[in-house]
Amino acid sequence: MAGVSDAELKTMTQEERVTALGMRTEQLTGRSMFIEFDEAAEERFTYPWAPEVDFNKRTEIDTGEMTTTEVNRKIRALMAEGYGTIVLKDPRGKHSVGTGILSRLNLIIEGSIGYFGVGLIDGPNVRITGRVGWSCGENMMSGSVVIEKNAGSTFGAAIRGGDLVCRGSVGSRTGIDMKGGTIIVGGDTGALSGFMMQRGRMVVCGNAGKNLGDSMYDGTIFVGGEIKSLGVDAVEAEKTDLDKAWLTRKLTQYGLIDERGVDHFTKVVSGKMLWNYDNLEPTEKKMIL
Amino acid sequence: MAGTQYRGSEIEDVDQFRKDAKGLASEREKEIGQHIGYRYDVNLVPDYERITPFLKKYIEVMGWDDLNWLEDIHMGYEEGAAAVFDRNINGWVRVPEHIELPDNQQDRDMLARELLVKFQMSDRHPLGTLRKAYSKF
Repeated sequence: MAGVSDAELKTMTQEERVTALGMRTEQLTGRSMFIEFDEAAEERFTYPWAPEVDFNKRTEIDTGEMTTTEVNRKIRALMAEGYGTIVLKDPRGKHSVGTGILSRLNLIIEGSIGYFGVGLIDGPNVRITGRVGWSCGENMMSGSVVIEKNAGSTFGAAIRGGDLVCRGSVGSRTGIDMKGGTIIVGGDTGALSGFMMQRGRMVVCGNAGKNLGDSMYDGTIFVGGEIKSLGVDAVEAEKTDLDKAWLTRKLTQYGLIDERGVDHFTKVVSGKMLWNYDNLEPTEKKMIL
Repeated sequence: MAGTQYRGSEIEDVDQFRKDAKGLASEREKEIGQHIGYRYDVNLVPDYERITPFLKKYIEVMGWDDLNWLEDIHMGYEEGAAAVFDRNINGWVRVPEHIELPDNQQDRDMLARELLVKFQMSDRHPLGTLRKAYSKF
């Protein structure tokens, strides 16, 4: 790999590039790749390929007559020019706006967007002044997204990191299959929120619909209002002092804390009763078959 | 209810998985020869009083107010060695043996976060190679 220059790689086909980079000989012998940290690694804060952007360099795009693809390409082009604050005006409920942004950026969307908005992002801070459709912030890796109004179902589906905040209420299956990160809902959340949650934290300031945390494997859910019902294997737990400090900090950060503080929040975790399926009891087997 | 129940062992000591790499404590774990569950507390939230200067600077550069995605990063253990799970390569990255580990999980987690950020942003991260090979745009 070391003997191949970037210029040479550019002249190759993908097949040739993959072979030249030694990726054909990789042996997948287990989970471990036996890579060790380099203690003397240079202090960098962004990916080597990330564009250098300046938060003080700001621009606006009137997206009214543009397609989603045009909008997303324009965002990338502006980032390559060093724009660190981009304002999207008149989004008209377009789907998949602002997806796949993999570096630092301030993105402000003035209006409402449709399905799968700002999904697959890794780093940007996004503020949406209107509403969002289904699966906002889906597969988000890092960064923050703040929605001023309401959101649709499967809000933050499969999120892996970062803060996804909706000041209003959200639909059902919020944080389905979430694998990390924090989802904060200022209002209520619908049924089956936290379904198959694997880790991360969900905070609901209002009420939660039925089957909260159904089949959750791990992670934590905090609910400030009433819980219609807990799902299978979701159980209440005691809040620690560290939990309270974290909750206070997080809600203060997004202006969602009220005079009651955080003591009234109920903590829900996995009961870990569904962790093993390898040795089902005969009666349990009967129920399934 | 379908399924059985959690038959793993609890984490009792910060050095538990360094002293006992296999971590077979419960009867079930001994029976199957495999540790059940994580080798660290995935639900442990960070203590911000222990944040390091490097992480403070990282937060500032990114324009965040807290550790953001790093809240989910913890120091874990692979085959008795301290390691951090890197989601971008779906594998463990080991902490060199000569690095002295702090005596508590919170400080170890901060160290893990620092090491992971430096590694992910370096040219030697495998994602750079993958990007060169497969990037479409």
